[in-house]
Amino acid sequence: MSDLSEALQARVAEAIAQKTPLSIEGGGSKAFHGRPSEGAPLPVAGHRGVINYAPTELMITARCGTPLSEIEALLAEHGQMLPFEPPHFGPGATLGGAVACGLSGPRRPWSGAVRDFVLGIRCINGKGEILHFGGEVVKNVAGFDASRLMTGALGTLGVILDVSLKTLPRPRAERTLAFAMDAARAIEQLNRWCASPLPLSAASHDGERLCIRLSGAPAAVEAAARRLGGEHLPDGERHWAEVREHRHAFFQEDAPLWRLAVAPATPPLPISGEWFMEWDGGQRWLKTAMQAGIVREIAARHGGHATLFRGGDRTGQVFHPLPPAMAGIHKRLKLAFDPHGIFNRGRLYPDL
Amino acid sequence: MHNEPTPQPGLDKAALVSALQAVLPAGRVLHREEELRPYECDGLSAYRQRPLVVCLADNVDEVQSVLRLSQEWNIPIVARGAGTGLSGGALPLENGILLSLARMKRILDIDPLNRTARVEPGVRNLAISQAAACHGLYYAPDPSSQIACTIGGNVAENSGGVHCLKYGLTVHNILGLKVLTAAGELLEIGGQAPDAPGYDLLALLTGSEGLLGIVVEITVRLLPRPEQVEVMLAAFASIGDAASAVGDIIAAGIVPAGLEFMDNAAIRAAEDYAHAGYPREAAAILLCELDGNEEETATQIEEVEQIFRRHQATRVTCAAGEEEKQRLWAGRKAAFPAVGRISPDYYCMDGTIPRHRLPEVLTQIARWSEEYGLPVANVFHAGDGNLHPLILYDANRPGELERVEAFGGRILELCVQVGGTITGEHGVGMEKLDQMCVQFGAHELAQFHLIKDAFDPAGLLNPGKAVPTLHRCAEYGAMHVHGGKLPFPNLERF
Ligand SMILES: Cc1cc2nc3c(=O)[nH]c(=O)nc-3n(C[C@H](O)[C@H](O)[C@H](O)COP(=O)(O)OP(=O)(O)OC[C@H]3O[C@@H](n4cnc5c(N)ncnc54)[C@H](O)[C@@H]3O)c2cc1C
Repeated sequence: MSDLSEALQARVAEAIAQKTPLSIEGGGSKAFHGRPSEGAPLPVAGHRGVINYAPTELMITARCGTPLSEIEALLAEHGQMLPFEPPHFGPGATLGGAVACGLSGPRRPWSGAVRDFVLGIRCINGKGEILHFGGEVVKNVAGFDASRLMTGALGTLGVILDVSLKTLPRPRAERTLAFAMDAARAIEQLNRWCASPLPLSAASHDGERLCIRLSGAPAAVEAAARRLGGEHLPDGERHWAEVREHRHAFFQEDAPLWRLAVAPATPPLPISGEWFMEWDGGQRWLKTAMQAGIVREIAARHGGHATLFRGGDRTGQVFHPLPPAMAGIHKRLKLAFDPHGIFNRGRLYPDL
Repeated sequence: MHNEPTPQPGLDKAALVSALQAVLPAGRVLHREEELRPYECDGLSAYRQRPLVVCLADNVDEVQSVLRLSQEWNIPIVARGAGTGLSGGALPLENGILLSLARMKRILDIDPLNRTARVEPGVRNLAISQAAACHGLYYAPDPSSQIACTIGGNVAENSGGVHCLKYGLTVHNILGLKVLTAAGELLEIGGQAPDAPGYDLLALLTGSEGLLGIVVEITVRLLPRPEQVEVMLAAFASIGDAASAVGDIIAAGIVPAGLEFMDNAAIRAAEDYAHAGYPREAAAILLCELDGNEEETATQIEEVEQIFRRHQATRVTCAAGEEEKQRLWAGRKAAFPAVGRISPDYYCMDGTIPRHRLPEVLTQIARWSEEYGLPVANVFHAGDGNLHPLILYDANRPGELERVEAFGGRILELCVQVGGTITGEHGVGMEKLDQMCVQFGAHELAQFHLIKDAFDPAGLLNPGKAVPTLHRCAEYGAMHVHGGKLPFPNLERF
């Protein structure tokens, strides 16, 4: 438990005075994510500890350096969870990193993304001021939603100090079912299931087999499993952890890994390579030797976008390039929060 | 700060009207006294102001043309959906254009497999669910005003409803937006694919009260209708019992679809109006909706009933059929108009507090109600701690509205004090500018103004709403010095 707000604020003030950029570092588990950023390291992992956990309010506030595993263990003691199932990608994963990267796990289409659970953020902006947006209650529309804006901004808008998150009860029962089918059928079938009231909470397709997870009251899970058939996968929990953490066999190669986000029911895309589908079909992982331009064009044609998630050339555009009007507003927002360009320069886009 | 509307001496109204008439079809520029009157207020009718002109836009090009003229003429624009907002967000400006989007009410596409609807901003909230019903799908956020309010207004306010405890607010249920900036530039934000690249502008625009852009198209997420829906009513002899039952339900790991609270004044008003079958003598009732499949709701009903009994519920019933469910909800949904019948006027507050502070906050409100001599009816979203005290008054009595505003202001400040917020779903608008100074410090407010500038450097979109100027806060702070500390000590005072 320690509160380093003031020390961090002083470091930021110094960086502003000397006009030297800072590269914010949490646990380093997601250092691979995005582009390399310029600047002297600003370690924040020491700013840690749970500030307020009120199980009956379904809410937790903790400092950015608090290990995700510590938060998850505490919630589990009270039968609760972080419903967006953040990927850790390493033992050092911190809360601040999870929120700054904005990555969500298997439950995302049914429970929501990281940003859906962020209630409030305390942060340091690029003028060295400590600001507090949002709060600890679920319904709050006072002021612009700056806390969700900072979620997924990869630290380019400021240093996230503390985060308040909504939590949810863990489902009382879960079960994983497997069905042998090809990708085209899996996507169609899965989206049909999504359009009917089934207690779905995860899905994956590895090219041959569709796995789905059911969560909820034991009776509800039982009834749905009976209705859907399929083969019961006994260590479902391990499967979903492996998928979430990219420990699954699909992710075990060095080839550049793309993440495509598309309209969920989009049929298999005409890009040669190996595919792994997740969520309701909206998240698709791809290992391919195809050129970035082609991958992006095909994703865009299907209403989506493509991220060079791991490997490949990380000095170019890693995230899907923005159209001019959007790029303009991004630049102006960056300036509004970080007028001297101190934080995580270039991590998200080369000119932010 | 481009915050206070700037008066425009010597503005040639006739010339402006002709310029607007040149870009809009006949009959869609309203400028005569009697044509303007219907637009002089939104749902917060205590605030009234006639605009200079009203423009009725029918499509994106027309909105764009009006925006361009507004830049050219340096005239502010206030967007308006259905005008049901409760914080004066759509209150016109004397020297401004009121831009109505109510004609843009086409449902552009329903995609049952991707479970989305793409709609224009003037589409009514309920119309989306009605259009999706044939696919077994619906749009979850359901403000009580859903037969009238528009989805564009919902996005601008980040509206909730009785079901947002389980299904979230507007921000959790929209996937994409097309927005025109003040300069008329089109931003396409998000869409059917998840996690749009770059900053989360979807979240930033949601709840931005028409200050950052005009929403011209929305893609919403549709959900499958639950298999089974059960509605329970529990009556209590004390408000405290009802309030603590709420906390216990959540603590038990149950997330009801809705969990609503009504106190005795609200119960009586609703019962007289809607004949819902509420117990008139109860100090409080809770309405609890549970959904899922049959097995799931059956177990949950049992658990919830036990919790109600443990908190001395004097009566617990579970609606027997569709008709009774509708009837139980009808009372709640009609609570505002019902209260409107028992008092010449009422003022609806909208703070949120942590659930466990409910009993003390309700007690304090009751105490102030006596002190001010103004009755209060409480009907609110208990599950998420979102209070709606309705202060009853008579606007024709001199000085009464001022007393109501003072009382209301104290309630909101109490919400902040106990760790909550001044607005859960109705927005800041014109109404809660002073309380924004209590909730936020000068740095946060300055950051909000910088966000506004990034989208609208000339300050022409709904200026003067949602975010107070620092000077206004300094003056307000001078009137309300808390604990001997001035909230903005480093600002000049005038
Ligand atoms: C009886 C009653 C019950 C209510 N119940 C609820 C409830 O349960 N939950 C809840 O959250 N609210 C409730 N409300 C409040 C209100 O209905 C909501 O705020 C609603 O979203 C407003 O929609 P509207 O179309 O009427 O918007 P308006 O009142 O016309 O406008 C609201 C704000 O949005 C802006 N705006 C409108 N359209 C656009 C656009 N296309 N682009 C940009 N800005 C725009 C306006 O400038 C204004 O600031 C209730 C109101 C009433 C009268």
